Amino acid sequence: MSRFIAGRLAQSLVSMVVVSIVVFALVRLSGDPIAIMAPPEASQADIARMRAYLGLDRSWASQYGTFISHALRGDFGTSVRFRRPAMELIAERYGATLELGGLAVLIVIVVALPVGVYAAVHRGSGLDYAARAFAALGQAVPPFWLGLLLVLVFGVLLRLLPTSGRGTPLHVLLPGITLGWFAVAGLMRLTRSAMLDTLGSEYVKLARIKGLPERTVIWRHAFKNAALPVVTFAALLFVALLNGSIIVETVFGWPGLGLLVIEAVDSRDYPIVQAVVMCLSAMYAGVNLLVDVLYAYLNPRIRYSS
Amino acid sequence: MSVISRPAAADAVAPRRDRRWPPRLPLAIVLLLVLCGIFAPWLAPRSPLEGSLGERLVAPFWMENARPGHPLGTDRHGRDTLSRLLYGARISIAVSLVGITLTGAVGVAVGLLAGFFGGWVDTLLMRLVDISLSLPGILIAVLLSVVFEPSFTNVIIVVVFLLWPSYARLVRGETLGIKQQDFVALARVAGCGSLTIMLRHILPNLVPSILVLATLHVGYVIVLEAALSFLGVGIPPPTPSWGVMVADGRGLIEQAWWVSILPGIAILVTVLSLNILGDWVRDRLDPKLRQV
Repeated sequence: MSRFIAGRLAQSLVSMVVVSIVVFALVRLSGDPIAIMAPPEASQADIARMRAYLGLDRSWASQYGTFISHALRGDFGTSVRFRRPAMELIAERYGATLELGGLAVLIVIVVALPVGVYAAVHRGSGLDYAARAFAALGQAVPPFWLGLLLVLVFGVLLRLLPTSGRGTPLHVLLPGITLGWFAVAGLMRLTRSAMLDTLGSEYVKLARIKGLPERTVIWRHAFKNAALPVVTFAALLFVALLNGSIIVETVFGWPGLGLLVIEAVDSRDYPIVQAVVMCLSAMYAGVNLLVDVLYAYLNPRIRYSS
Repeated sequence: MSVISRPAAADAVAPRRDRRWPPRLPLAIVLLLVLCGIFAPWLAPRSPLEGSLGERLVAPFWMENARPGHPLGTDRHGRDTLSRLLYGARISIAVSLVGITLTGAVGVAVGLLAGFFGGWVDTLLMRLVDISLSLPGILIAVLLSVVFEPSFTNVIIVVVFLLWPSYARLVRGETLGIKQQDFVALARVAGCGSLTIMLRHILPNLVPSILVLATLHVGYVIVLEAALSFLGVGIPPPTPSWGVMVADGRGLIEQAWWVSILPGIAILVTVLSLNILGDWVRDRLDPKLRQV
């Protein structure tokens, strides 16, 4: 098991190195910063001095080394727009993203698992059809458009809920539902098909023959075994939430990391973009690692085959 | 909990529908969409890019302040929604065609090489796949659009980047199985080189699985393009991508909901139809792929 974890850890590190190289290289490719910074009357000597001062005359490898050592200390430079350290802005904003993501995860678990199990147990019932229709629809709805539709219905027509910004607990409701929607559809479908597989198995039949109460058969025998593919989905869920949060925060003006990075794109605020991309990728790599380890723990076949 | 009751008819099989023909309504919708895209210049009543300022925010025909000539209303710049929707279909078609073709080419090449040669080639290429899967795609799009201007090319790069690993994995797995079969050994004996074996003898056997994966991806690519364009990191305005149109109407949701809601419906109906068709193609050609 420890060998497996070590291997997976190395892989996550490699991914992070690749992300950092991509981030570093793309920004260097974008053009010579001196051309923008230097005043038109600057002499060749001035430009050379400026280049040396900023370290731009050194080799790419050495510049990358500096970038990494600063990044590891959380120093991504100063935001062009806010004139404050990029990391400070991230610290300010990430709480909002976590709040939104937390609510979405809660919605996903509370809705998708019970409905998925119910739909499998009562296969062919009205609720099963409704759940499957919802799943098909849920995976085809573009999340940014769903957000606007909810704004139209609950904000403009019914005037029930606030549609923009952060403040009261009500503010998080619409963005949370929008963010959770897609993942609910996916997890529900997966839970249903995993449950159908285990419900048809021999050990569930045996549990019934033994005369165990139906509740025990479904939750202890069938659901526990169906949970394995569901754990795999956790990684996918996180990707969906990460990508989704950028979109949802933009739609609802929710002041989290996603909105921060999209606003930074408009003002070409490189330090912010670099910092957010690095932080979110690190989070992403961390969660992937955690899910893989958890999966290997639950399923010995994975552990020993690698 | 009320979830608990008799084990319902867990083994009662739903009546089998005739699977030989594709579901008609989704097929009709997709065909209609393709025709709209191809013939947009002839079908569209107005220019998709130029509006008349006197006709800003005209409502669709069933509402009160509708005007003849703009059946689905107009946007902030007085541009005709129907015309923009028709031209928008072209963008969706172009992105999915170019994106999936390129992705398929890259993924299939990598998968073939990895599966056929094995050894260190396999290890190296599959590591690349793992790394690629562990990078968040939308952030790559954001980076690209800061560095270069948002463009069609950026969208294609992101599509290829996000999807090539699934083709590589699928093709590698199938190649591993196929290369064990007798006809490959016989081709070798007959004097075929590795390239000939891969392209002439193995690749044709992979076509059904690749087709299935490609059809299942079309809907995904259309939503992805729309999402990127909506965020301002995909197709740049004023090009009438459906995502750009939804973004255009964002601030107008109170006065003129149709500007963003109508293109969203276009995306929803298209993607839903494509997903249903994709499921049908999978069931027809390759039921093993159910998990993909």
